[in-house]
Amino acid sequence: MAIFGLFGEQAAAQEAAIEVAALRSDRFRQQREGDWQRLEAIVRRMESGRLRKLSDADVLALPVLYRTVASSLSVAREISLDAAMLSYLEALVQRAWFQVYGPRVGLLGWFRRFLGGEWSRAVRGIGTDILIALAVMMAGVLVGWLLVASDPEWYFGLVPQQLADARVPGASREVLVGTLFGNQDQSSLSSFSAYLFSHNAQIAILAFALGFAFGIPSLLLLVQNTAVLGAMLWLYHGQGLTLDFVAWLSVHGTTELLAILLAGAAGLHIGRSIAFPGTQSVLASAAAAGQRASQVMAGVVLMLVAAAILEGFARQLIDNSFGRLTIGGFMLVFWLVYFFASWRNPLQSNAE
Amino acid sequence: MSVASRQFTRQVRSDRHRQMVTPEGIALQVTLASRGARFGALMIDLILIGLAIILASVGIGLLAGGTAKLGFEAGQAKGATAHALEFLFILWVAAIFLFRNAYFLFFELGPRGATPGKRMAGIRIAAHDGGRLSAEMVIARNLLRDIELFLPAVLLAGASQEGADMGPVSLAATAWFLIFALFPFFNRDRLRAGDLIAGSWVLEAPGRKLEATLSLGAAANGTSFASGATYRFGEAELAIYGEFELQTLERVLRDSRPEALVAVHEAICRKLGWNPGAGDERAFLEAYYTQLRARLESGMKMGKRKADKFT
Repeated sequence: MAIFGLFGEQAAAQEAAIEVAALRSDRFRQQREGDWQRLEAIVRRMESGRLRKLSDADVLALPVLYRTVASSLSVAREISLDAAMLSYLEALVQRAWFQVYGPRVGLLGWFRRFLGGEWSRAVRGIGTDILIALAVMMAGVLVGWLLVASDPEWYFGLVPQQLADARVPGASREVLVGTLFGNQDQSSLSSFSAYLFSHNAQIAILAFALGFAFGIPSLLLLVQNTAVLGAMLWLYHGQGLTLDFVAWLSVHGTTELLAILLAGAAGLHIGRSIAFPGTQSVLASAAAAGQRASQVMAGVVLMLVAAAILEGFARQLIDNSFGRLTIGGFMLVFWLVYFFASWRNPLQSNAE
Repeated sequence: MSVASRQFTRQVRSDRHRQMVTPEGIALQVTLASRGARFGALMIDLILIGLAIILASVGIGLLAGGTAKLGFEAGQAKGATAHALEFLFILWVAAIFLFRNAYFLFFELGPRGATPGKRMAGIRIAAHDGGRLSAEMVIARNLLRDIELFLPAVLLAGASQEGADMGPVSLAATAWFLIFALFPFFNRDRLRAGDLIAGSWVLEAPGRKLEATLSLGAAANGTSFASGATYRFGEAELAIYGEFELQTLERVLRDSRPEALVAVHEAICRKLGWNPGAGDERAFLEAYYTQLRARLESGMKMGKRKADKFT
């Protein structure tokens, strides 16, 4: 009713009008119209994006006015048959609801919160799925290795053509060493940019997307791709280059494989929540899982960019296995600490 | 559901109305955005993104041309120029990535909850459960957009470049695209896959002016200025109609089309057994509206409601 104090004359006129109005519902409307108009003015300013023009008093008044008008609506539904007023109130409450319950943070604010703990919390939230995906990936490596070990012909079935340039069964030790070392003169930037569209980013996105089909295609994709890794591991092992290969791979591989692992786990998480929603409705379960999984995926994108930088620069610049292993190991420890050393209380949910 | 909202659905027969309960426990009538409006909004957004990408490409292209020319004239080492060009290429890739992804996030996280395209179509996003629209929801629904829309597009483009074995890949990409594009047709609330995953939905943005009260109009207290007559209706004459007829009458009065006024005036007079005159329809109808509303509202106070003339 503060508005009446500001406009004394108007208030007097309104008092007079209230006495004239015969219907109780009209008196009800006249008494509250000031609040409604004020809320509408605030909401209109917020909708048009002129947040800076809002005074502090208006910002503070918004939730109070929202509740006032919402209760006006509930009362009006019980006492009034003025359809125009009811639909106006309905629309006004809805508009104010959009503002009061709108997103609290912008893109930058979200990103800051995301790096500051939301991401790692989301990763910890899908722990079960990560374990399943990890088991599947290790099984994939093993399967790839065993298949190729039993019959080298499998190698050509598993490893795609563009990867199998010189790295084929029967290749000499020198050729294989050549694929691992001595590529410093390559342009690091071009391999970085080429990477952005590469194979592995696609795999990560696919592994997530296919989670829709109850997560099974995600798992198959993980098996198929880690089988390639197993096959190549076997190839280098045959020439006694296991450690060098692992080191070569680990520079960006620890980051990248972890990213693919997380993507697969995120897809699996969604698939699992749709297939087994538990006591929730399928929609609610899918939404909860989807929000968590998409946080993880936003992080996977970041990790893939990091992996691209590592592959483009670090692997070319460091040409010995020890250095490569150090970097790869450091990255692995870094990610694990970042995700699982919960420096924030894990019980503190995103309640807001 | 209250009687009022039941009548609302009766008035507007449409399958797009839903009830949503706010955290305060107030049921709100919301209207789902039509699929056409959403498609139009997406098209506008894609065109805007396309324009931004073209502008950025032209800008970076000019920069690259200048760099190459400069390098050529100065006779620099080829490596330096090549590196500068590669850097510009990466800048271009990053710009496209940003336009494609950050565009939707930036606008939908704003106070309007809508991209420019959605705003033009008069729609916006909201949380499906009536709670807070969180940043996580916006991220989730737009991450899925990448998979629904851009991934099959990239696949198709890649397949058409390779040329040779286009068949299976393009078929798969088309099927993929269709599954997600038709997703909103196969669920009740027209959710896109991204909406399902995020727990959001797309609604029509409401906006309505507060209209004047009819029962305070000139003739509302029963006296007509045109004829000087005073209309008073008895209990039996007001008991004929219910809330539905009252709202119809309100709409007729607000639209204020003369022929409708005459027709309704005649119908009511016939029902009352009065002899319909001419020239004073509006005053008669406003008086009848006010007195009928007063009667029905005092009935509401007692918990007695009359939905329409049949009850």
